[in-house]
Amino acid sequence: MFNKSFLSITLLITLCCVFNVMVASETAEKVPAKFEENKHCFQCHSQQFYTFDNPVSEKKERKAMNPNFVYNPQEFYKGVHRNFACTDCHAPEYESFPHNAELRLEPKYACIDCHGGDPEYEKYHFEAVEEDFNKSVHATRHSEDFTCWMCHDPHSYRPMTHGDHTITEIVTYHNNTCKRCHNNSYNFQLISDSLKPALESIHEFLPNFELHFASVRCIECHTSELDTLWVHHNILPKEEARRNCVECHSSNTVLLGSLYKYQNLEVRKSRGFVNSAILNEAYLIGANRNEYVNLLSFIIFGLTLAGIAFHIILRILKK
Amino acid sequence: MSEKLYLYPIWLRVWHAINALVILILIATGISLQYSDANFELLKFDISVTFHNIAGYIMAINYLFFVIANFKTGNVRFYRIKLKGLIKKLIKQANYYAFGMFKGEKTPYPITKDRKFNPLQKVTYVFFMFVIVPFLIVSGLALLFPEFIIPRVAGFSGIQLTAMLHAATGFLISLFLVIHIYISTTGKPISANFKSIVNGYHE
Ligand code: HEC
Ligand code: HEC
Ligand code: HEC
Ligand code: HEC
Ligand code: HEC
Ligand code: HEC
Ligand code: HEC
Repeated sequence: MFNKSFLSITLLITLCCVFNVMVASETAEKVPAKFEENKHCFQCHSQQFYTFDNPVSEKKERKAMNPNFVYNPQEFYKGVHRNFACTDCHAPEYESFPHNAELRLEPKYACIDCHGGDPEYEKYHFEAVEEDFNKSVHATRHSEDFTCWMCHDPHSYRPMTHGDHTITEIVTYHNNTCKRCHNNSYNFQLISDSLKPALESIHEFLPNFELHFASVRCIECHTSELDTLWVHHNILPKEEARRNCVECHSSNTVLLGSLYKYQNLEVRKSRGFVNSAILNEAYLIGANRNEYVNLLSFIIFGLTLAGIAFHIILRILKK
Repeated sequence: MSEKLYLYPIWLRVWHAINALVILILIATGISLQYSDANFELLKFDISVTFHNIAGYIMAINYLFFVIANFKTGNVRFYRIKLKGLIKKLIKQANYYAFGMFKGEKTPYPITKDRKFNPLQKVTYVFFMFVIVPFLIVSGLALLFPEFIIPRVAGFSGIQLTAMLHAATGFLISLFLVIHIYISTTGKPISANFKSIVNGYHE
């Protein structure tokens, strides 16, 4: 008895160790290509304060960093461009400090400059996305100022929908992209002089707006469901936004074609639940029904009515 | 016939009337929410949600009133179940509904000053008023404030589970309603019980 449990515990521990080593070696492989090179930039660009040797005063000086120029290395190395050196996108002259003032005039790359026409990235449909984006309110009202980078943070963007993420994680990530401006006057006014209306007052028509925003994406209502792109980029004018509840809250919910398409198609019809893909993450009134429970409730209700009818007939006959 | 019995005090009748109205609204809007469809809307979804929520609040407050008033007035004594011989009594009453009443038999547990409900009624009412309805109200309130719901239960969304149970209890109550109304027609004459719940007197 004692021996057996002792054996299994040792086995368990060994397994854990082996697994640990495997995990460790896997992450070891994933050390980003330019990790060492970037350390120099991150020394200043990941800190609130930076120090540098002032050759004029011959002193070491400590200064506050512009908070907008501070990036989290962990986020950077989770992003799609984790294998990049900072100087792959920025001029190599940034190696020296103080940076040359003219450097800030350097033109920035657009996604298309690197990804356009490359068959390796075909599945991302960059050209189609750009076309879609160019039709959106963001592009038409702000033309050149509104670039892809506004939403695709150059220092942390990750493609959530191609990874192994839950719907909740996808929703949070995508909505945070929009909230970065629409819930933050500072960022909003970097682009627009107009006043930013508060999200909660605009969306007053939604009961429990917090819950909706946690389980459904902004683009579910602000793009057209006829859009066939994997991630819809054509943000429509607000007049065209979706406000009809039943388009989501019904068994043929539009969410299946948008948000829930990211989930395995097979899970949708399992366990007798209509739209069971949604089930795992949320409860969508009107869209989640169990066919068996439905049938059962109809039968029970029918039997009750039949019983009553029978009773009435007897009462009439026996009067 | 027998003398008039003042069985249903005014507070009870008011409670009952409000409850009846609210339950009808809840059932209608509840069904319309559960089976909402883009092509066929019984009631507009957002209107249903609003009415369902308001009616739910009223029902909860009304229920609280019901419980307090019951204990304050001592009306709760009508709900006391004696376990001894209960099964026998239940069978006797069921027998009456199933056979006895067709043979012109008298009801085995006629209404008296101290017995408002027959044993079958008592058990059903206690079960519904003190188990099902509170559960319905609690689950409904939980759905109004979903931040208090445990997010995940055994791989399911906690909201999902709460909502399923809420719908299931709602379904039980609609069954209760149908049977309740039908049994009420077994008074003599058929309208007798309906009259009593309006004017308070049992004749
Ligand atoms: C010694 C600290 C330090 C180091 C090291 C450093 N920077 Fe900077 N960087 C700054 C500061 C401070 C600013 C703020 C503007 C300025 O002073 O030029 C800045 C600004 C920038 C800007 C924005 C310029 C503008 O105004 O638009 C870029 C881009 C930049 N750095 C890139 C880099 C890159 C790439 C590296 C690494 C190759 C790097 N920096 C290394 C301190 C540093
Ligand atoms: C994939 C290309 C890419 C990489 C890699 C990259 N950047 Fe950037 N960076 C950009 C773009 C594009 C902008 C301009 C963003 C915008 O206009 O909103 C930018 C802006 C900046 C700015 C602020 C300048 C401004 O005007 O807002 C700083 C500072 C900066 N980058 C530093 C770095 C550092 C440090 C690294 C390395 C850790 C790095 N970048 C890696 C593309 C990149
Ligand atoms: C300077 C060139 C350059 C720019 C600009 C650029 N990318 Fe990339 N991108 C790359 C390269 C190279 C890779 C492959 C990186 C790797 O495999 O480590 C990549 C990878 C990606 C991937 C992951 C592809 C995959 O299958 O792993 C996505 C998604 C992506 N980029 C999106 C964007 C978006 C969106 C923009 C614009 C906001 C953009 N990129 C701008 C060069 C660029
Ligand atoms: C208004 C914000 C916004 C703008 C502007 C924007 N995007 Fe996106 N984009 C997103 C979001 C959010 C995602 C989803 C992130 C994810 O999970 O991949 C996304 C995803 C993508 C993807 C990945 C699609 C896929 O199949 O996974 C590509 C490619 C892309 N964007 C390209 C672009 C290009 C090119 C531009 C500029 C022409 C652009 N985006 C502008 C918000 C934006
Ligand atoms: C359930 C659908 C729905 C969702 C989800 C939704 N919206 Fe909206 N949104 C609307 C509707 C409908 C309007 C139009 C409101 C009006 O004009 O009164 C609107 C209006 C807006 C406006 C225009 C405000 C103005 O008056 O200028 C912005 C900005 C906006 N939404 C951003 C967002 C963001 C960001 C998110 C995600 C965090 C989001 N929306 C999620 C339906 C939605
Ligand atoms: C970089 C900041 C920024 C980001 C990120 C951003 N927006 Fe906007 N958005 C704006 C600005 C600025 C406007 C105001 C446009 C104008 O001038 O009317 C706007 C306008 C809108 C409008 C209102 C259009 C109208 O008819 O008034 C909607 C809807 C909207 N955005 C949705 C979104 C959604 C959804 C996302 C995320 C996918 C998003 N935005 C991301 C800056 C942003
Ligand atoms: C874009 C799709 C979408 C639209 C449009 C939409 N909803 Fe929802 N709604 C959802 C989702 C998804 C949930 C599930 C939230 C969860 O369980 O995580 C939800 C949940 C709810 C809930 C349950 C909240 C709770 O307390 O449990 C109510 C009530 C609701 N919606 C009412 C409405 C009304 C009324 C409208 C129309 C004004 C509406 N919804 C429009 C997607 C939508």
